[in-house]
Amino acid sequence: MNTLLEVSGVSVTFDGFRAINNLSFRIGPAEMRAIIGPNGAGKTTFMDIVTGKTKPDQGRILWGEKSISLRGMSEARIAREGVGRKFQKPTVFEDQTVHENLLMALRNKRGPFAVLFYKPAAKDLVRVEALAEEIGLHDALWRKSGELSHGQKQWLEIGMLLAQEPRLLLVDEPAAGMTPAEREHTTNILTEAAKTRAVVVVEHDMEFVRRLNCKVTVLHEGAVLAEGSLDHVTANQDVIDVYLGR
Amino acid sequence: MKNSFLMRNPSTLIFLAALAVFTIVVTALSEAFGLGLISTSFVKTLGKTLCLGLVAIAMDLVWGYAGILSLGHFAFFGLGGYMIGMWLMYERTRDIVISSMSDAPIPPTAEEITDAIGHQIFGVVGSSEFPLIWAFADSLVLQLVLVVLVPGALAFVFGWLAFRSRVAGVYLSILTQAMTLALSLYLFQNDSGLRGNNGLSGLQNLPGLEAAPQSVVSIWFLWASALALGLGYLLAAWIVSGKFGSVIRGIRDDEARVRFLGYSVESYKLALFTVTACIAGIAGALYYPQAGIINPAEIAPIASIYLAVWVAIGGRGRLYGAVIGAGFVSLVSSWFTGGQAPDISLGFYTIKWVDWWLIVLGLSFVFVTLFAPKGIAGLFDLAAHRRWPNRHGADLGPDAGALREREANE
Ligand SMILES: Nc1ncnc2c1ncn2[C@@H]1O[C@H](COP(=O)(O)OP(=O)(O)OP(=O)(O)O)[C@@H](O)[C@H]1O
Ligand SMILES: [Mg+2]
Repeated sequence: MNTLLEVSGVSVTFDGFRAINNLSFRIGPAEMRAIIGPNGAGKTTFMDIVTGKTKPDQGRILWGEKSISLRGMSEARIAREGVGRKFQKPTVFEDQTVHENLLMALRNKRGPFAVLFYKPAAKDLVRVEALAEEIGLHDALWRKSGELSHGQKQWLEIGMLLAQEPRLLLVDEPAAGMTPAEREHTTNILTEAAKTRAVVVVEHDMEFVRRLNCKVTVLHEGAVLAEGSLDHVTANQDVIDVYLGR
Repeated sequence: MKNSFLMRNPSTLIFLAALAVFTIVVTALSEAFGLGLISTSFVKTLGKTLCLGLVAIAMDLVWGYAGILSLGHFAFFGLGGYMIGMWLMYERTRDIVISSMSDAPIPPTAEEITDAIGHQIFGVVGSSEFPLIWAFADSLVLQLVLVVLVPGALAFVFGWLAFRSRVAGVYLSILTQAMTLALSLYLFQNDSGLRGNNGLSGLQNLPGLEAAPQSVVSIWFLWASALALGLGYLLAAWIVSGKFGSVIRGIRDDEARVRFLGYSVESYKLALFTVTACIAGIAGALYYPQAGIINPAEIAPIASIYLAVWVAIGGRGRLYGAVIGAGFVSLVSSWFTGGQAPDISLGFYTIKWVDWWLIVLGLSFVFVTLFAPKGIAGLFDLAAHRRWPNRHGADLGPDAGALREREANE
């Protein structure tokens, strides 16, 4: 199997506290992966490292067919390479409409000049409409996103993520604050996306993870504790001790 | 025309129309071209106010839209003034020198003329040599280019250093203020080459146009300032209306999120900082010929702080708010500090506005920041809401039910 992202031997220390400890992780170009683990295990920090927000102290982060290193690249550059990210707290631009949010995320040239002279092409507008349809916000296209409910903001952020057309989606707790029906819809969108790209989902909700029906990585104290199918890792005694058994 | 830029941005159209009406009315009431109800000095005040409106637009772009609280934009404004001032002073001094030398029995050589000009200009600082920075002072075209280039280059270098190291927020404000302070302290020195604290003077006299009385010149500058303000407004409205506007407002509200969308936040900040510095330079180049004099005190950090106060009171994040704030506050300010406002006698104490105005201004700033963050421009919202309630895209009722609110407005 070929690899899209390969993280090996990565460590990061915050004021002497080792949040990520010699972590290794790899994912293929069209694969779904769930990451679970207790609070403070380093799941969000792992995403911070891949997206360039946190600089690791050591280790390698290799990307794509040519295995270029993401270490040392700026966040914006990494995003342009095709890494999209959804935050734990929904972060959308509240002062702008759903349409503006989606249009800004839409995959297009990102330089100041190109953006200054950008005029939405017909296909861009069609794509925005289609995305809005997909995330159930078609009727809210012209509303300020700050007026949306918590769940709708989650949706909008997922929509923005899809609009970027990333090769790797990093999704931090997407189902938080969603109703069961919304959760199911989210599962569908993510599994659909994983057919053509890599998707990494961090989630605490075991039911949600079960429905994703994918390989699971368990993080604990900044390192991989177990990896495999959900049934395999939930049967693991270490996992039961540190995570499930509490 | 339905989808043209102006139609989609009605506030721009209204602003431009108001500006045109203002200019025509002032012209019609002026001493030179009309009824003579407005004195020449007041025409100059109004012309200068338009320039302040333009620099306020620049400030609103960087601060109101992109969230960069720059305390350096009045320095760029002043630099623009210095650049045009150099040409004005040089050319006028040359005219004077040549006419006074024309009586001499032997015609003066070019070198003698240059020496005499140098002596005239730099005598006050005990020198007569032309410093290197005056190299292009004899060329209007080059000095006009420098009006844009010098503030732009300074902003670019400063911004490149600051934004690249991710200096943001309060730290950036302090850094821009330090730059402004350093610049003004440097200009205060006699050997800065720009006549130290004397500054450049006599700028109201246009070389070669001595025949035109100030009443006429003041109207020309009013027109030029109105044109510059109108064009600046259009440019700014165009910049903020599209995706670029979306991105910079995104940077203001959540910089990190914009980065994760793949936009290089630093390039956007740098581009905007530089472009607005150029706009500020142009505004300054139109302002100081109307003021007649520029000196380093004009560049002092307090001026840039005033600029921020104007924009805040007018309503940041809205272009007409910035212009209204600059116009309103600076006019009221000069009324109070000019000694025109009547003192209020309380019996035991007399309120002298010259002393008290700053306190009133400071309190209004605090009040606006705390209770009316949209500033004066927020009043327009109140008026607009009364007429067009914000329906959040709800349908419009049985008749127009098929239309969404947005379609119906078009
Ligand atoms: N910038 C930082 N500075 C200091 N400590 C940090 C920083 N970021 C994370 N940490 C610490 O690193 C550890 C891992 O945090 P992280 O947010 O990655 O956990 P998580 O697995 O996402 O937890 P949760 O399930 O609660 O979201 C925590 O103990 C946290 O306090
Ligand atoms: Mg987390």
